[in-house]
Amino acid sequence: MATVQTRGLRKEFGQHAAVDGIDLETEEGEYLVLLGPSGCGKTTLLRLIAGLEHPTAGDVIIGGEVVTGLPPRARRIAMVFQSYALYPHKTVRRNITFPLAAAGVPRHEWPEKVAWASDLLGIGPMLDRRPRQLSGGERQRVALARALVREPQLFLFDEPLSNLDAKLRTLARDELKEFQRRMGITTVYVTHDQVEAMGLGDRVAVLNQGRVQQIGTPEQVYDDPANTFVATFVGAPPMNLLTMRDTMVGFRPENFLPEDSVGSREGQLVCDFEITRVENLGSDRYVYGTVPDFDPEAKVIAKLPSTLPASPRPDTRERYVIERAKLRFFGVEDGERASAPASGLPGWSREAR
Amino acid sequence: MSSAAASTRRGRRARARPPRRRRYLLDRERILGPLLLLPAVLYLVAVVGYPLVLAIMYSFSDVVLGSPRFDFVGLQTFRRAISEPTFVHALEHSFLITGISQVLVIVLCTVLAFVLAANFRGKWFLRFLVLMPWTTPIALGAIIWLWMLDSIFTPFDWFAQKLHVVAPGGHLVLLGHEGTALGSVIAVQTWRMLPLATVIVLAGLSSIPRDIEEQAVVDGAGFWRRLFSVQLPLLAPVILVAVLFGVVFTFTDMAVVFILTGGGPGDATQVLPSWAFYKGINGGNLSVGAADAMFMFPVLLGLSVLVLRLASRVGGD
Repeated sequence: MATVQTRGLRKEFGQHAAVDGIDLETEEGEYLVLLGPSGCGKTTLLRLIAGLEHPTAGDVIIGGEVVTGLPPRARRIAMVFQSYALYPHKTVRRNITFPLAAAGVPRHEWPEKVAWASDLLGIGPMLDRRPRQLSGGERQRVALARALVREPQLFLFDEPLSNLDAKLRTLARDELKEFQRRMGITTVYVTHDQVEAMGLGDRVAVLNQGRVQQIGTPEQVYDDPANTFVATFVGAPPMNLLTMRDTMVGFRPENFLPEDSVGSREGQLVCDFEITRVENLGSDRYVYGTVPDFDPEAKVIAKLPSTLPASPRPDTRERYVIERAKLRFFGVEDGERASAPASGLPGWSREAR
Repeated sequence: MSSAAASTRRGRRARARPPRRRRYLLDRERILGPLLLLPAVLYLVAVVGYPLVLAIMYSFSDVVLGSPRFDFVGLQTFRRAISEPTFVHALEHSFLITGISQVLVIVLCTVLAFVLAANFRGKWFLRFLVLMPWTTPIALGAIIWLWMLDSIFTPFDWFAQKLHVVAPGGHLVLLGHEGTALGSVIAVQTWRMLPLATVIVLAGLSSIPRDIEEQAVVDGAGFWRRLFSVQLPLLAPVILVAVLFGVVFTFTDMAVVFILTGGGPGDATQVLPSWAFYKGINGGNLSVGAADAMFMFPVLLGLSVLVLRLASRVGGD
């Protein structure tokens, strides 16, 4: 078991800094998810940790040892790629023994290790098949077994679920989580899918433009975004942001509900919501519109669970409520988190009785 | 709506149909398909099919140049062809030259492909140089080699003298001795097939997913293990295709032997195609020449089937 740490890590491709000074540190056995849009540098960061790229500046420390100049094979890591990268010409068994052979593990120890890894992942019956003959979920398990068999001190995952279809993905995600919980091996997991990040991560590091925007538990990242990027990148639909003079006020769509359905209590704010469009997604309804009294420019989305007795219609004006405690404030200039403006909240028609 | 109006409309549509049909004639696969295939079929029939049928007919006959006689004599022509000692030598040399040159090609083209796949300055210039021999007509290439291997003016003599292989002022006469003549033919055939094989293997190399190569790196494999355990097995089908081309081109080639050695010294470099040419065209014995050439047919056919099947098996499942 080991931790991984990066110190001022920087990687430039030409003029462009893909990773722009990143300091991260995992705890032992932690599941750290790197989340960000494509091109944010999350995969480059993972490859720097793996040793597949060499940093322009900074250090990678695995298990307390600086490994910056060392090749991947000296780092005792295992990596699972997006495609699973199983060797197509080898049987499942030979795929699993490949890292053992490369590490110089004596041949007579292989069967025991293969049996251990394949039992753990339930792939015993398919040891003599080739990758082509396996389903997506089975391939993931073979890739995990191959990663596991060398008993690495660190797991690296590069979007391992994005090649699976939506139905299988939920199942495979569950398997991954269960697998990590049982093994307790420190894991760095890269994804652009926030559902994966929230579901898998002990902590989530949100990356954008080569920098860490915020690092925290899924709850922290969701409830207390450090800036407007995190606020709008995490959550679907994203946090609503309304500009109010020198402050931006943000709130989650699921906290913005019709007064008729939920009533109003103390500590809630009420405003008029001009509805332009309604989308029924089955379990939820997305209600699109604006809050003309406040910021007529900004698009606002309300997310109504289908269990809520309400029937929003386009081109009507309804009264919606939001809890004051759910409001988040950001600076207009820099988008960073700010405290509530001292002047109160002009523009909201009134507080609830 | 009245039925009269409906019938008028139907009538108008019926009148409008014929020109439209003709216009869309080429959209019909049954017409367009054969039409597009026709040039290729005509070409193959005229340039491959007709001569092949003619050669098969000749090989079972007693036809000779300048004589109107044409009798089918069964296998008698084949028996006559086999009975000549030069034929046996030619057959041996064909296999020897093809075999050795293709083994060399496999090794060298793999090495070259790996070198050219790497990133370095001047990569494109080097790729261009490697491809050059393939763009040269074989006859021209062979003539250049004939000058290079000239018994008096060859540059190889200079190296041999410097390395004290021959006495100062001495000559190797590479094309004048049996062993070196055969070696020269093998070298030129290797030189000729190397560019194509390199390009094929280079394409195969770049089609190996980067994930798989990096996975091998992360799995801890060093250069040789990656080469022999991952890259070469994945390249095998592509290398087989390169070998198929190489064998067919080399086995059927007569230009190199014809220009460099004329089959000599003695029969030391005689191969099946050159022997068939000397016998059938120069010697005028069309039927025996055709029979000589016929011996290449089953070999090439079997080889093609074998390698294609191997390639599809490795690449297929």
